[in-house]
Amino acid sequence: MGKIEFRLPDIGEGVVEGEIVSWHVKVGDSVKEDDPILDVMTDKATVTIPSPTDGIIKSIQGKAGEMLKVGQVCIVFEGEGGSTEEVVEVTEEETITQEIKEEKIVEKVVEKTTKATPQVRKKGERVMASPAVRKKAREVGINLNEVSGSGPGGRITHTDLDSWKEAGSPVAAAGVKRTALSGVKEVPVIGLRRKIAEQMSKSYSTIAHFSYFEEVDVTNLEELRVHLNNNRKEGQPKLTYLPFIMQALVKALSEHPKCNAHYLDEEEKILQYEAINLGIATQTDKGLFVPVVKNVEAQDIWESASEMMRVSKASRDGTASIKDLQGSTFTITSLGRMGGLGATPIINHPEVGILGVHNAKDEPVVIDGRIEVRKIMRLSSSWDHRVIDGWDGAMLIQTLKKLLEHPATIFM
Amino acid sequence: METKRCKVLVIGAGPGGYVAAIRSGQLGMDTIIVEGEKAGGTCLIRGCIPSKAIIHAAHKFHSLSKHSTKEGHMGITLPSPAELNLANLISWKEEIVNKLNKGVEGLLKAAKVKLISGWAKFIDAKTCIVTNSEGEVRIEAEHVILANGSIPIELPFMPFDENVISSRDALELNDLPKHLVVVGGGYIGLELGIAYRLLGAEVTIIEAMDSVLPIFDKELRRPVELYLKKNKITVHTKSRAKGVEKTSNGIKINYTDSKGAQKSLDADKILVTVGRKPRSKDSGIEKMGVKMNEQGFVIVDNKCATNMRNVWAIGDVADSGEMLAHVASTQGEMVAEIIAGEIREYDPVSVPAIVFTEPEIVSVGMSPDEANKYCTELETKLLTGKFPLAANGRALTMEAEKSGGFVRVLAREDNHQILGIQAVGSSISELSGEFSLALEMGALLEDVAGTIHAHPTMTESFHEAILATLGHAIHIS
Repeated sequence: MGKIEFRLPDIGEGVVEGEIVSWHVKVGDSVKEDDPILDVMTDKATVTIPSPTDGIIKSIQGKAGEMLKVGQVCIVFEGEGGSTEEVVEVTEEETITQEIKEEKIVEKVVEKTTKATPQVRKKGERVMASPAVRKKAREVGINLNEVSGSGPGGRITHTDLDSWKEAGSPVAAAGVKRTALSGVKEVPVIGLRRKIAEQMSKSYSTIAHFSYFEEVDVTNLEELRVHLNNNRKEGQPKLTYLPFIMQALVKALSEHPKCNAHYLDEEEKILQYEAINLGIATQTDKGLFVPVVKNVEAQDIWESASEMMRVSKASRDGTASIKDLQGSTFTITSLGRMGGLGATPIINHPEVGILGVHNAKDEPVVIDGRIEVRKIMRLSSSWDHRVIDGWDGAMLIQTLKKLLEHPATIFM
Repeated sequence: METKRCKVLVIGAGPGGYVAAIRSGQLGMDTIIVEGEKAGGTCLIRGCIPSKAIIHAAHKFHSLSKHSTKEGHMGITLPSPAELNLANLISWKEEIVNKLNKGVEGLLKAAKVKLISGWAKFIDAKTCIVTNSEGEVRIEAEHVILANGSIPIELPFMPFDENVISSRDALELNDLPKHLVVVGGGYIGLELGIAYRLLGAEVTIIEAMDSVLPIFDKELRRPVELYLKKNKITVHTKSRAKGVEKTSNGIKINYTDSKGAQKSLDADKILVTVGRKPRSKDSGIEKMGVKMNEQGFVIVDNKCATNMRNVWAIGDVADSGEMLAHVASTQGEMVAEIIAGEIREYDPVSVPAIVFTEPEIVSVGMSPDEANKYCTELETKLLTGKFPLAANGRALTMEAEKSGGFVRVLAREDNHQILGIQAVGSSISELSGEFSLALEMGALLEDVAGTIHAHPTMTESFHEAILATLGHAIHIS
């Protein structure tokens, strides 16, 4: 047998040349079929070329780093039989063998690089893909008609989908799936919620509300509050603003008795109360409760703070008695830390006024032409305009403002 | 009137509707399903299941007759012929139906679906009034899934009555007709015709086309046609029923034969199975603004969406897919998932079709004509391979080879992709799952060839048909 020339096989679609990475053999080596002989790097992958035959290496072409073209002779083998100089005339049959061997090599390339060559779909040819692949494609917005399949017979595999996605091909709405929602939850209006609804409708439909807003400088009150809290005795609750407001209201409402009243519209009479029974609007898990602190005029600030805490806690716990929830003559609704610029509270029928208290915060205030940082609290109030004139409501709030801005006067 | 509100309202608890409702419930959607009769629909109550029960009983009765001869069969001899009590057979069938009906109701309940009995009448696209014995309920829904199903087509010149019966009535007969004339040789007519023949009735089939089961190719029909001949079921092809007349001792059917000549046949019952039509006329669908085609099918897209937003139609009432229970179920499941926000569409590679005649016929994927056309378009050739059940050991032990059945495979020559699979033979319907899977997965001949098929089973005949397509079947030469 004579010499066999081995040409660099087609090592991937579109690849025309490769760089020699290393030779596994040298001239004179005896090799067996499928022994690795050469590593070639293409722009796609590094491929190990196996020997196509048994034989002895007669010559090799190129050094590491040099380029080899596909089809270029890279090795000449000498068959075991002898050493004739004549190069074997390649017969048709051998060409076929050669091609088959090259195919084998290509298969190995595929295995090694996992970068399979996609098949092109013919016109009118249907997509071949499993239901799972089709589902995934729909979900990530890939049109399978545009994806080549590397699987047997051109079947589109999960890997094909992934590489299609990675390649940044036009993928519509990939990733986050946003869904228009259209659900409606039906919530029965029963129990407390129904009571609240009835009460609010009654208030709002019968009472001609007007609202009045004011800002109060509570810087001094804050000083007093902090001072009192710092000197609190064991067992005494810490004071919030509310007990001060309650105490101030005792004075203000006493000065403006029209505002501490019930208007019994059906009976066409107004009942003005001497007692100051303050309803404290309280948010609970079940909904809005208005427990009542009674006879605030007879309490000092600590007593009204304790009583307010007791009734609001009882409301939250569900242990408030009917007595705790009845008999208010005026109501305070505190928005607490939530603050807000203002509100238009609904009057607790048949009362004639309600006070909304917002949070106190540091604000720039012009005093004698200078800007000073002061603690400012906003008050919102609503009044029954049928029986309380604008003047009356405003006057009560102005009285309250003066008291709160000069907290000593609350206690005089 | 009480008003109920829900996210998903399903009309009709057949195999489309109840599946849609269960899936909706599973997906946490507030779901109501309305059914005028028993939950289960045509499939469970008056179609697939009861007919299969009767067919099974008919085969059993017929096979027992082989044992009551003097020489017996398989070494088993019955001392006297088996006797049929059709009324008892029907109540046995009812037990099965009731079991499945209760099963469906239980599944609906478990999925937290409210089942409301009564007939729904729509007043607009999202609101219907359901009337039942307890009064009326108004239902308002965000999504409506129409799964109204279909009903047998009536011939205007021979309306259904006590003697001219529909497929539904044929499942309720208490006395065996002496002579049953079947008008329409499609799959329903043939299934019931053969069953009644096996139970002992004389059966004649009148078919307008030039063969029974005209949707299948000749090779596939052949074993069934031979069976009809062997069992003395007379078939008049290219013949048209013209009307029915009362006679002194019963009724007769008038028809024209293949040459156009007027003929008539005495009969006890005339079973009309000329097809089914969508049940889209009696639910106020016309008030929903939903588009329908000329035949009354609701027009839908590949997501089963109608032209009205959030109104969907699935199964027999929709113009998408064949009028088959498994199409309806697939669409029902899909629509529920679409409503829940999933991305789905109806895009099967194949929809299996099965005819429970004797022998049974299964067809999945392309027919030979379709496959030929497809291959021509792609400039390749069609490979066909066939394997006879007579060469399958398991078939012999089950006497399944007697009817001349086979499995046939159609594949592309260039890449060996399987395009269609057909089979005919006793009990062959159970192989359909593997056929469908092969097509959906885009299997090549080599995929099935490389899959070990258990011995001894009838599935080996699929493996062998694949090998035959590749040119190297083992058990035929």
